[in-house]
Amino acid sequence: MSLSLQHVAFRYAGRPILDDFSFAMEPGEHSLLIGASGSGKSTLVNLVCGLLTPDSGTIAIAGESMTGLGPAQRDDLRRRRIGLVFQTLRLVSALDLTGNLLLAQRLVGGTGGRDRVAMLIERLGLGHRAHALPRQLSQGEAQRAAIARALIGQPDLIIADEPTSALDHANMEKVVTLLRECAREAGSSLLIVTHDDRLRDHVASVREIGPMAAQAAA
Amino acid sequence: MIRLAWAYMRDRPLTVGLNALLLGIAVATLVLLLQFATQAGERFERDARGIDLVVGAKGSPLQLVLSSVYHIDQPTGNIPLGELARLRADPGVGKAVPLALGDNFKGFRIVGSDSGLLDLYGARIAQGRAFARPSEVVLGADVARRTGAGLGQKFVGSHGLETDPDGEQGHDHAPFETVGILAPTGTALDRLIITSVESVWDVHGIAHDEHDDDHEGEAGHDHADHDDHDHDSQHHDEALQAEAPQPEITAILVRYRNAAAAMRLPTQINRQTALQAAAPAAEAARLLGLFGSVIEGARLFGWLLALSAGLSLFVALWSATRARAGDLALLRVMGATPGAVFGTILVEGLLIAAIGAVGGIALAHAAMAAASSAFPTISELGISALRFLPGEALILGAALTIGLVAAAIPAIRIFRVDLAETLAKYS
Repeated sequence: MSLSLQHVAFRYAGRPILDDFSFAMEPGEHSLLIGASGSGKSTLVNLVCGLLTPDSGTIAIAGESMTGLGPAQRDDLRRRRIGLVFQTLRLVSALDLTGNLLLAQRLVGGTGGRDRVAMLIERLGLGHRAHALPRQLSQGEAQRAAIARALIGQPDLIIADEPTSALDHANMEKVVTLLRECAREAGSSLLIVTHDDRLRDHVASVREIGPMAAQAAA
Repeated sequence: MIRLAWAYMRDRPLTVGLNALLLGIAVATLVLLLQFATQAGERFERDARGIDLVVGAKGSPLQLVLSSVYHIDQPTGNIPLGELARLRADPGVGKAVPLALGDNFKGFRIVGSDSGLLDLYGARIAQGRAFARPSEVVLGADVARRTGAGLGQKFVGSHGLETDPDGEQGHDHAPFETVGILAPTGTALDRLIITSVESVWDVHGIAHDEHDDDHEGEAGHDHADHDDHDHDSQHHDEALQAEAPQPEITAILVRYRNAAAAMRLPTQINRQTALQAAAPAAEAARLLGLFGSVIEGARLFGWLLALSAGLSLFVALWSATRARAGDLALLRVMGATPGAVFGTILVEGLLIAAIGAVGGIALAHAAMAAASSAFPTISELGISALRFLPGEALILGAALTIGLVAAAIPAIRIFRVDLAETLAKYS
């Protein structure tokens, strides 16, 4: 399994966000987890990334347990196994695209150096923007850049949190296609967590998230 | 992480530049004060070494010491030549060296004295020989370097102790000839042109053992007599001699033979003669004491300025870390440890402080160089812009510490940030 959640429960301020939630992904699988605002999508992403600790249940990434670890070990597991793509938080603002990818590569201990960074930038059609600052990129370009950043360390699992919500239809299609292609090329599993219904037609494995859905899944 | 800190700095050059400038001004102020206090103090101490007492005309004792030991003020007047012999005969006097001031060459004072002056400063002839005959001079090391004069070079002195382009009065009839150049001594001697007392009298047309005028502070000098310098009318000479006072000198530098002289001689001279005796050590201490309180006040101001700069840097970094909370959260998600993100902010504060501090030190030395060339007094004090003091390293260290502390408080927040909450807010 590239991702496994078993009977995960999480409460925030006394309110149950996830209750007995189980979910699994095979290596290389692409899944869409869809739910309305407040359904616990972001909480789920944070739990999988080790930024939050579940009240109960287990979470494992590529066979390594995320639960029961200290903060530093969780950071390390996330760094080695997971690539994250957010809706708006895409790149470090002070660095240009190349600088961002080089930094990400260094942080994850990735290999390939500048050649891989340049290859990835070209692959995502951003060759002409290699030295542009994040604020100089269009929405579509910035989202592609975020994908490049997430892919640089060749993670086992790519999690895209609302990757298309801010994009028009054409860009949405481009981004989701690119995500799937890049994940396939990298051999990574892809989990898209979103409320964007437009993505249902682009990913074969679609699962609902929310209180009712969670109960149904259980 | 240093590269990232640098990138953040480049991303907001105005804020970084202003904060560095603020710290740089504080550092420059502190370095200038340190340099001035140290170099002037050392200079005063070095110039007065070996001179226990200065004897000259009545007036300000500080002025007498400044003019005769440090050569940065006008003399108080002249004294009869006979006082030199009287002092030399005193059993408490080990050495008495005459000084006859009055002229300059390109702003460098021409000092009439004897070989005792060179001994007093421990001076060594680097080229040529000591002056022996009238009109022969030896040049201090700075004079030779700055005028480019060499051995055999002849020049004409100008009346007065400082260059006066509008009122230049050359002694064309009596040129000096350079016969020696002194090795650097690090004292006022480096900026003097030394000749015999007799040469000074000759320049002013006063035959030895003849009259002297009463020009205050300008030994044996009367420009009203210039037209008469080369007259050969015996009748006229006799008439002048009949009215002539004894030849005069400007001051006498005294070294005691024994400690008892220090107790007796100044009081004796001040009370029982028409002369004045001043101790360079006491006058220098008095002067530095006066400057000292001003310097301390300015130093306090400098440190307050540095603290203000630190506060400004703190505010800038505090705002910056708040503004880039999303960036910092992203860095953590990308795999940066909290320590690494903390270090980035710390490095940023340190780099800004380093730019300010190094810039401030450079600014201070540039200001010293500019002041030395613009103000003759600074130049005469021998303040060197190229000299770096150990205290500057302490100021640099203090500035870097201010940068570190200013950055540490915003940086510590990194450890308290709830990453999930920040991501929810920014993603």
